[in-house]
Amino acid sequence: MRVVHYINQFFAGIGGEDSASAPPERRDGAIGPGRRLDALLGDEHTVVATVFCGDDRAASDPASLDEIMQLIRSADAEMVLAGPAFSSGRYGVACARVAGAAQAAGLIALASMAADNPGVAEAGAAPIVESGETARQMGPSLERFAAAARRVAAGEALAGIEGVIASTRRLNRLDARSAAERAVDLALARFDGDKTATEIPQPDFGHVHPAPPIDNPREALIALVSEGAVVPMGNPDRLESARAHKWLRYSLEGLDRLAPGEYQSVHGGFSTVAANADPNRILPLDAAREMERDGRIGSLYQEYLVTAGNGTSVADAQRFGVEWASELRRAGVRAAILTST
Amino acid sequence: MLCNLLPIATRVGAPRMVPTRGIPYPAGDPSLSQEDERAWRRTLLETALVAVSTHVTQPTVFTPGPAAAKSG
Repeated sequence: MRVVHYINQFFAGIGGEDSASAPPERRDGAIGPGRRLDALLGDEHTVVATVFCGDDRAASDPASLDEIMQLIRSADAEMVLAGPAFSSGRYGVACARVAGAAQAAGLIALASMAADNPGVAEAGAAPIVESGETARQMGPSLERFAAAARRVAAGEALAGIEGVIASTRRLNRLDARSAAERAVDLALARFDGDKTATEIPQPDFGHVHPAPPIDNPREALIALVSEGAVVPMGNPDRLESARAHKWLRYSLEGLDRLAPGEYQSVHGGFSTVAANADPNRILPLDAAREMERDGRIGSLYQEYLVTAGNGTSVADAQRFGVEWASELRRAGVRAAILTST
Repeated sequence: MLCNLLPIATRVGAPRMVPTRGIPYPAGDPSLSQEDERAWRRTLLETALVAVSTHVTQPTVFTPGPAAAKSG
């Protein structure tokens, strides 16, 4: 297939932020990361042209999308690949819109970016292939992007392709076997010991390596953390009650318990009546202080970390976890007790 | 982790779990008297200390001991 690669001004070698308003342009063949992408696409597909545009221009000027599409058509594209944009917001939005417009125009189109890139929501019907967070992961990101593109070009269903994070719409297709036959076949496969056969793949959350145990809680600094959205009354820092994109920290210094009326839960996923009557039901500060006094734990970390675990994206949740772990480790905390609603 | 939805926590691979009595109050139980609830809360934390002091290789549930039973 004839492939047109879309990238931004930076990866096209035009310039950095100073060139972010550069208008769309087309060059023959692959440039920048497109060279590696072209090689990974194999003999069946060739990057015949590269279209690029400044990030500001592409993300904020509605006319630029039409210009980009004209340049793509002028190269007789059959497939459009946009990115990888990693975590860059404007670049991600541009890549997603280009892929979405190309898909709507009847071309095969994919974009590549990190799962929490705001562009993920902008791709219309075009699939997005997950990339790394930064350009340091260019190599593996391009490999995954090219592999997914080859499989989409070969007509494979999106649901089975590794790394596709958006637009995994279910497509109707005719199967030679009836649903009853397929169900019995899957059941028989299960009885034969095949635990993975399925028509509906479930998301893979990866694997968390358990931290090693602590030697002695009586000498350890212990932290309380929660996704129960307990915040000071009035929610001064505006923690979201659902789909939180952030977490907050609050001091526990001088506090023996979380007093009703001074703290509240703003979690949007359950009735907070019990939590607000006694916020220690979410963040067990009173009992933890008691154990600190009794010498059961060395001491309690001076802050608690909190978010709202309600419809939170896996990507955000993973980021919170990584940030919490790194923050607590830096502070010398040996164990964290997380309350989960 | 103190949580009520153990199947979900297990599925996503939470290493150390202590089961609680309700989604809206992971560290409490409003059906108890204030005093008993406080004792239950401490039992949950004591169990959590056992959990963080124990070597695990996969999602593991640490059930609060009989001393934690409702006394009221």
